Amino acid sequence: MSETAFQIFVNALLANNFVLAMFLGLCPFLGVSGKLDTAFPMGVATTFVMLVASLCAYGLNLLLSAFHLEFLRLISYIVIIASAVQLVEMVLKKYSPGLFRALGIYLPLITTNCAVLGVALFQTAREYDFVQSMVFSFGGGAGFTLALVLMASVRERLQLSNVPDVAQGTALSLMLAGILSLSFMGFAGLGG
Amino acid sequence: MTPTTTRGWDEFMEGIWKQNPTFVMILGMCPTLAVTVSAENALSMGVSTALVLIASCGLVSMMRNITPKEVRIAVYIVIIATFVTVVDYAIQAISLALYDALGAFIQLIVVNCIILGRAEAHAAKNPPLPAMINAAGMGVGFTIGLLSLGVVREILGAGTLFGVSLFGAGFQPWVIMVLPPGGFFVLGSWLLLFSWWEKRKPVKEAMDEAKQNV
Repeated sequence: MSETAFQIFVNALLANNFVLAMFLGLCPFLGVSGKLDTAFPMGVATTFVMLVASLCAYGLNLLLSAFHLEFLRLISYIVIIASAVQLVEMVLKKYSPGLFRALGIYLPLITTNCAVLGVALFQTAREYDFVQSMVFSFGGGAGFTLALVLMASVRERLQLSNVPDVAQGTALSLMLAGILSLSFMGFAGLGG
Repeated sequence: MTPTTTRGWDEFMEGIWKQNPTFVMILGMCPTLAVTVSAENALSMGVSTALVLIASCGLVSMMRNITPKEVRIAVYIVIIATFVTVVDYAIQAISLALYDALGAFIQLIVVNCIILGRAEAHAAKNPPLPAMINAAGMGVGFTIGLLSLGVVREILGAGTLFGVSLFGAGFQPWVIMVLPPGGFFVLGSWLLLFSWWEKRKPVKEAMDEAKQNV
């Protein structure tokens, strides 16, 4: 791969934003984006899990390739991600119990966040080296946080406005996401 | 119809209408939006997900009495991942073009919340046959959801349906519909349509009643 680390970062953050351009991690995007106070920590926690998962997945992939066990890749990735989430959960519980309670059920659900598994799968498919993988997962996580925070800010404002009954709820969120996604298309080609 | 077949039919229909995973429960959004750029992709994604769903629900249900409660989620995930790997390799063998079009989203079936949700909420409590019937209903419901997005996006965005051109050469495709924002817009519109229909029903009933009273 000839992409520089910076190009990978910008691509993952803006041009190919995980949520708005690649449709990864939509469940938490629609679920946790109601309030800004929970959206940001959720994004940071997910980014951390992504970094850990990406690191482990990189090492694991070397090991699996060495023994020609590629068919076990998917199963072992998902086990790694589940363990990483468990780790984040324990750290948060010890150092920030308030945040731990605020995130509630969404914390264990990071395991089934397809953005995390997506990072691991894409870095394998694109054959990124170690530095590229780390930059890719950090950019992806930052992009996820950015999308979550943007969406939460807009939705907080919408609570004060008068929305027709029919459009209430998920339909409105999806339309908003569509408009956000449309504006993110303006970044296309930025990473070269 | 005997009571058992009625019950089986209800189990099947539940996923298609009352608890449709796409339109009612809003589950499994990622593949729903990502692969529905064409009707063909949507159909193959729906069928693969349905196959994984039926197989894993069957196995989860068969193992429900020997699975310890504490590690059940881990067991479900490993079962699901196994079947996804099978489907992944099968698609690669059948059609490489399709495999490239769906990309990583076949492997991402693992983290589709519909499957884990069904395993936990239904298959873990019911015998294999009803669990598999219910899973089949959910799978068909999901496929219908995907198709209704894929068809609209392909017609508007490319002017074709299953690759067959519908309009003349003068048709100017609405490209935005096959790009990411189109996915959000089309799904949003479907949900708007359904919620409008839900809201309209009681009003219409009330009006019919009023007419009779006059």
